[in-house]
Amino acid sequence: MSRPGLWETLRGIIWRDVLLAIRRRSDVAISVLFLVIVASLFPLGVGPEPAVLRTIAAGVLWVAALLACLLSLGRVFTADYLDGVLEQMLLIPQPLPVLVAGKVFAHWVVSGLPVVLLSPLLGLQFGLEGEALGMLVLSLLLGTPTLSMIGSIGAALVLGVRGSGLLVALLVLPLYVPVLIFGAGAVTSSMAGIGGEANLSLLGACLVLSVFFAPWATASALRIALE
Amino acid sequence: MLQAVSLSCRRGDRRLFSGVNVTVQPGTLLAVVGENGSGKTSFLRMLCNLLAPEEGAVLWHGVDIRRLKEQYYAQLTYIGHLNGIKDDLTATENLLLTAALTGDRPSEASVRDALEAVGLKHRIHHLPTRVLSQGQKRRVALARLWLSTHPLWLLDEPFTSLDQAATALVTERLRSHLQSGGLAVVVTHHEVALPSEMVQRLRLDG
Amino acid sequence: MIPWFGTVAALAIAVGLYIGLLVAPTDFQQGEAYRIIFVHVPAAWMSMFLYVVMAVWAAVGLGLNARLSFMMTQAIAPTGAMFTFLALLTGAMWGKPTWGAWWVWDARLTSELILLFQYAGVMLLRTSIDDQRRADRASGVCALVGVVNIPIIYFSVQWWNTLHQGASVSMTAAPKMATVMLTGMLLMTFGFWMYSLAVILSRARCVILERESLQLWSKPSSVAEVAGVR
Repeated sequence: MSRPGLWETLRGIIWRDVLLAIRRRSDVAISVLFLVIVASLFPLGVGPEPAVLRTIAAGVLWVAALLACLLSLGRVFTADYLDGVLEQMLLIPQPLPVLVAGKVFAHWVVSGLPVVLLSPLLGLQFGLEGEALGMLVLSLLLGTPTLSMIGSIGAALVLGVRGSGLLVALLVLPLYVPVLIFGAGAVTSSMAGIGGEANLSLLGACLVLSVFFAPWATASALRIALE
Repeated sequence: MLQAVSLSCRRGDRRLFSGVNVTVQPGTLLAVVGENGSGKTSFLRMLCNLLAPEEGAVLWHGVDIRRLKEQYYAQLTYIGHLNGIKDDLTATENLLLTAALTGDRPSEASVRDALEAVGLKHRIHHLPTRVLSQGQKRRVALARLWLSTHPLWLLDEPFTSLDQAATALVTERLRSHLQSGGLAVVVTHHEVALPSEMVQRLRLDG
Repeated sequence: MIPWFGTVAALAIAVGLYIGLLVAPTDFQQGEAYRIIFVHVPAAWMSMFLYVVMAVWAAVGLGLNARLSFMMTQAIAPTGAMFTFLALLTGAMWGKPTWGAWWVWDARLTSELILLFQYAGVMLLRTSIDDQRRADRASGVCALVGVVNIPIIYFSVQWWNTLHQGASVSMTAAPKMATVMLTGMLLMTFGFWMYSLAVILSRARCVILERESLQLWSKPSSVAEVAGVR
């Protein structure tokens, strides 16, 4: 029998993780619920003045999305590591970085995409309207895959390490800084009427950069973790 | 032909084994034996390039496997001491997905045959494997052997938590694999019930 | 070698401080407070330089599978983190009288803060992993990822700053340096450099001895490595 093509294998990897997420819907629900709760706490803490809420909206929503992504990072590799599926993935006759990219994409579909889809609703809570709301969705759409990509490096590095949940936050959050700045910047500048396009292109650049480099770093981190 | 050339291994600050030389010819099985903690699993993981040897090399038809990488992975079926199956998927789904990823493209019918060959009745093929017993899960993992078209099998304690009937089935499968010119390396505490001309033993100790 | 580096470091730092604190003229804009930069700027330079050196050792270690390189990485991290902290501390001390605030979200300060987090990440990752080899390699990858990130962070924070105009005062507008000041600064840098060499090498020696004592069967080659570092 011939070796299956790269696409076929990639599809298999993505499909398996999506199927697993469908079987365990509660996992997906938790990170979405987390996002909603975090975002709802801010008005309670800051006060209900619409003007204030509008000013902090971009930052708060972006930080909440970032934390939701961070929370879901543990799920990228841990279960596979424990049941031996990860070990099998390393022996698939295809380049590992590509497989890792597929896995991270699947992770984004089940944990990043729901955040993007939910964001307009949260934006409305904070009084965002029209263009700014659209910019929020767009910036999250470009930014959250980058968060997943970068996060996967951290997730792979701390596999099976004690206290890995907190450690991964420490490793990954500094790396998230540019994405946060450009993402929230896009929304803020579109609210200020400057237009967020420049920030969006920078977000895009981050995405391209992370798609090229992160799977490679993650793959080597996985090999190290499984030795 | 699989060769280990002066393989050495240490884990942490302990040296497990050193200078292991062994050759596995087509049609034969290498049974790796030794006490707990003697490095049997590490040895097997070195053979499939999951663990880098401290010294020495593993050669597949004379070429270092670290050079072959994916080409080498396309030749092997590895079943570790972890089953490598997902608890939330059914036995059929697990096998279809795993086999597809490692390069075999089985039909659903052949997956059913494989599960039946390893002694799993049809009614449990479509249950999530989370509800199965340890032995049944191990059987699901080993059913991959009936789907595998790869010449090299690397098995880590395949008989653990199997009953006698399943052990016999797997041994039979190993025999037919060897007879058709395959190679196998098996880490095991159990005696492999195969003719002595097929089996070569490697004892690892300190 | 180590005592020698230590002595040179002490001398250079003493002379540098003397020039910085007593010889250099008082700045007509900033008064005496500016003298802290004789510590601040060299410390900031060293913090970044050491991170790069650490990442290079990590890359060598990962590429050539050399254990000694990882020991150097391990030895450099604490000193680098110390300089980063020193730079942040002196930056705040300088900022209070000059900018009127202990902390300003300036691009350099923010990047320096994140650099500190990255040092912390590399060190913590190492201590959380029990297996020595894995700890070495994982923290190596971590250091390498960080080195790619620092310029991006610097750039993004600067971008962010121009967006929030008026939020910060730029440090780049420092007045042209007099020769005396430059001498003082360079001497301080040289002193810090020598200090780093002394501390890092002695820490590396400790690391090596510690690891070898765990490995009673250690091979002759690793003994040669110890000798090489001395």
